[in-house]
Amino acid sequence: MKKIYPNAAAALDGLLHDGMFIAAGGFGLCGIPELLLNAIKDAGTKDLTFASNNAGVDDFGIGILLQTRQVKKMISSYVGENAEFMRQYLSGELELEFNPQGTLAERMRAGGCGIPGFYTKTGVGTVIADGKEHKDFNGETYIMEEGIFADLAIVKAWKADATGNLVFRKTARNFNPPAAMCGKTCVVEVEEIVPTGSLDPDSIHLPGIYVHRLIQGDHEKRIEQRTVRSA
Amino acid sequence: MWDRNQMAARAAQELQDGWYVNLGIGIPTLVSNYIPEGIEVTLQSENGMLGMGPFPIEGEEDADLINAGKQTITELPQTAYFDSAQSFGMIRGGKIAMAILGAMEVAENGDLANWMIPGKLVKGMGGAMDLVAGVGRVVVVMDHTNKHGVSKVLKECTLPLTGQAVVDRIITNLGVLDVVDGGLKIVETADGVTEEELRAATEATIV
Repeated sequence: MKKIYPNAAAALDGLLHDGMFIAAGGFGLCGIPELLLNAIKDAGTKDLTFASNNAGVDDFGIGILLQTRQVKKMISSYVGENAEFMRQYLSGELELEFNPQGTLAERMRAGGCGIPGFYTKTGVGTVIADGKEHKDFNGETYIMEEGIFADLAIVKAWKADATGNLVFRKTARNFNPPAAMCGKTCVVEVEEIVPTGSLDPDSIHLPGIYVHRLIQGDHEKRIEQRTVRSA
Repeated sequence: MWDRNQMAARAAQELQDGWYVNLGIGIPTLVSNYIPEGIEVTLQSENGMLGMGPFPIEGEEDADLINAGKQTITELPQTAYFDSAQSFGMIRGGKIAMAILGAMEVAENGDLANWMIPGKLVKGMGGAMDLVAGVGRVVVVMDHTNKHGVSKVLKECTLPLTGQAVVDRIITNLGVLDVVDGGLKIVETADGVTEEELRAATEATIV
């Protein structure tokens, strides 16, 4: 099976439909699938639900799909960096489901592992627990959270081989592996596709079984908070 | 009364050799400047890193290397990277010895509120709910009162909670208090602050 596609639009061909549920990797602007997000913007797919830790900034990341009103709902842990997001949310145009960051990551991981629900202490006694099943284990109370099963996962990695084995770089790994796992189909963009056999099999971060389509491209990799110390 | 740096320095005294620790944004970030001599701690950044180094020098910023506040940082010889599910696995699993974080309100039973003010812009809880529910010990660093002089150390929180009965120790500009049975216990007062002044600035029950 050939997984490599010529560009983002070709890699998403036949996978997009209005109202679909997409899991996206990335933390802030770090490790986001910027090429695939651009292609979804160009495709004009509407009423999207995104499971993504953040919503980008106004002109980068998921923010570009907010500008074009393609997003119906966000499932996120933190959305502070995006004025258009706040405007749409406060005016009721955009639905928002806050998930604690670790709960969101585990919901993706669990979905990808065929686990429809799990219990966690995170959020017990807070608004996050409202309406959720509570259960005691060993004298402590936990709430049930559900696994995420997305129609599509869009992911950014550093390197891939032709079979889709992935290597991430530094903290750009973040939500990418759990997002990749929970998609019915997973499309990955990388900075470099290397010959199969050139990645150390002991150092693969995500095996190619999770990866269905693959593109290589140039990435802007924007820095959100450039912070330096004096030399 | 302690300033921000003195509060951070006091919080650094909580660190123990060999601990893995998560520092929140704001004053907690300053704690890393005051790690006592001879104490080795490993800082976790919940976006997927153990062994967080200092900010880079100009020209060495790397878009792939940021902390949970989205700031550029550096790695250390002992650094390890992992994904967000594993990162919160180690948090939820109790592997992180301590989290030091800021607060809007703390209550005498250890309730913590630091993520939303109803009617105001809500940005989200990020990883704070996971951290306070999962780590071994939660230390809060905050101003004792708001800018109107009203206590933020309360009998009950008024704001939506980040966690229920999760705080172990509170370090403020006026002193250090522990959450114990029946209320808060004064551990020490800040330089130039009397116990009476600390009590007067505290709404919570002091035992």
